[in-house]
Amino acid sequence: MANPMTNTAAAATFNYKVVRQFAIMTVVWGIVGMAVGVIIAAQLLWPELNFDTPWFSYGRLRPLHTNAVIFAFGGCALFASSYYCVQRTCQARLFSDGLAAFTFWGWNAVIVLAAITLPLGITSSKEYAELEWPIDILITLVWVAYAVVFFGTIARRTTPHIYVANWFFGSYILTIALLHVVNSAELPVTLLGWKSYSAYAGVQDAMVQWWYGHNAVGFFLTAGFLGMMYYFVPKQAGRPVYSYRLSVVHFWSLIFTYMWAGPHHLLYTALPDWTQSLGMVFSLVLLAPSWGGMINGIMTLSGAWHKLREDPILKFLIVSLSFYGMSTFEGPMMSIKTVNALSHYTDWGIGHVHSGALGWVAFISIGSMYYLLPRMFGKSEMWSLRLITVHFWIATIGVVLYIAAMWIAGVMQGLMWRATNPDGTLTYAFVETVKATKPFYAIRLLGGLLFLSGMFVMVYNTIRTVAGNRPYDAPIPVNAGTPVHA
Amino acid sequence: MEILILLIPLSVALVLVIGAVFWWSVDSGQFDDLEGPAHRIIADDDGSAGRTTEPPGL
Repeated sequence: MANPMTNTAAAATFNYKVVRQFAIMTVVWGIVGMAVGVIIAAQLLWPELNFDTPWFSYGRLRPLHTNAVIFAFGGCALFASSYYCVQRTCQARLFSDGLAAFTFWGWNAVIVLAAITLPLGITSSKEYAELEWPIDILITLVWVAYAVVFFGTIARRTTPHIYVANWFFGSYILTIALLHVVNSAELPVTLLGWKSYSAYAGVQDAMVQWWYGHNAVGFFLTAGFLGMMYYFVPKQAGRPVYSYRLSVVHFWSLIFTYMWAGPHHLLYTALPDWTQSLGMVFSLVLLAPSWGGMINGIMTLSGAWHKLREDPILKFLIVSLSFYGMSTFEGPMMSIKTVNALSHYTDWGIGHVHSGALGWVAFISIGSMYYLLPRMFGKSEMWSLRLITVHFWIATIGVVLYIAAMWIAGVMQGLMWRATNPDGTLTYAFVETVKATKPFYAIRLLGGLLFLSGMFVMVYNTIRTVAGNRPYDAPIPVNAGTPVHA
Repeated sequence: MEILILLIPLSVALVLVIGAVFWWSVDSGQFDDLEGPAHRIIADDDGSAGRTTEPPGL
């Protein structure tokens, strides 16, 4: 029986509109988020850049940077790619155009509210969950709509199999819902004010915070972007993924083992020792599924390595996997207590995060957007392939400068902080480590500036690709059968 | 660490849910063919439709 919704003319095409909107906003928020990052990197070098105002102070702009790059840039990239992937692989239009539009406008409203409230100092002060309770409620509503649209589309699929990328996207959507609701549980002080207090206190709050924080890394910044990887790497390479069997094993092993890595953020704190050790062990276990997935993605090019020479989009995608491999090796190493004793609280942590965030998350997103953007306007390629190559090299040099500077600074800080004189006193005052770090902050700023300039190249290329072209909605292939009911 | 009274059951419940989904997916034949699905997404042509003949810039 034909679904009544497939009889209308509008339903004969895929819903590219919402994909198009999210893809464009990925580029826009990428510029905003990374520009704020560059500003705060410059503030570490020249503190005067806060202009003696509370609104531009580092403490207020830093959460704006993290929210903008993770949830605005990364979030829009995930919405765009998951909506595209689920429609193409299920050969079905999105479950509800209205709810899909609500996720776009709702999510962007969240981002705009974040950009207003955070500089005003309105914050719950929970890292990566700084937004206050009214915005938290809006996030919950948008996320429920996202889940309905995504799983609704899977339910009306016309292909019997659910492609592995959708498993990754699905687990990311469900887990983020759970993490957000538990971690953001808070009591408003007044019903008309912004201020609220967390439902948890002290070490309990710290535990919940990092249970959320690391699983957000695991499911937002890893599982979601792995879904992107499993769709766009094979599509761009024009070859099936190296081992589909391994991708299924990768998925189940990753989601079964991820949940308890969070305590590695709280080594040598008031957290009970056994919980810290548990977090360390789970973090080490994670190396196996992570590298399985990384090898699976890179080996997709096995026998066709020459494509890497000619195709700058593949360069982005494959280099992102190398960074994924690097940071998922570095992470478990840093979670070993003895290594952590050196690395904790130093800029090594910042280096590690950015090797994952710039190298893995941003590169895979940029590559996927270069794949998506022209298709959203009826083209098969971006306006200029050469500019994608230029973007690739500027961004790569930027990331390498950034993370190398932070590694050196971090190890140096760790060694200086722990150095003691024969009589037991500290060799260095804290301010001496700050002074020694200054040149590396300059190199980091240069790396960040390069990465941001690459994004401007992308903006120009996007404008030229979009200009003069009408939005395009691809028809659903006629050989797509009737919905398969799970 | 009373918080573990919430977090551990939550994790166990989650693992049970994941387990249930896993058994459903095995029983419903999701993994009977571990070659075809990888090829099927490549066969889905999402690039040529609407392709313009203008040469790309630069």
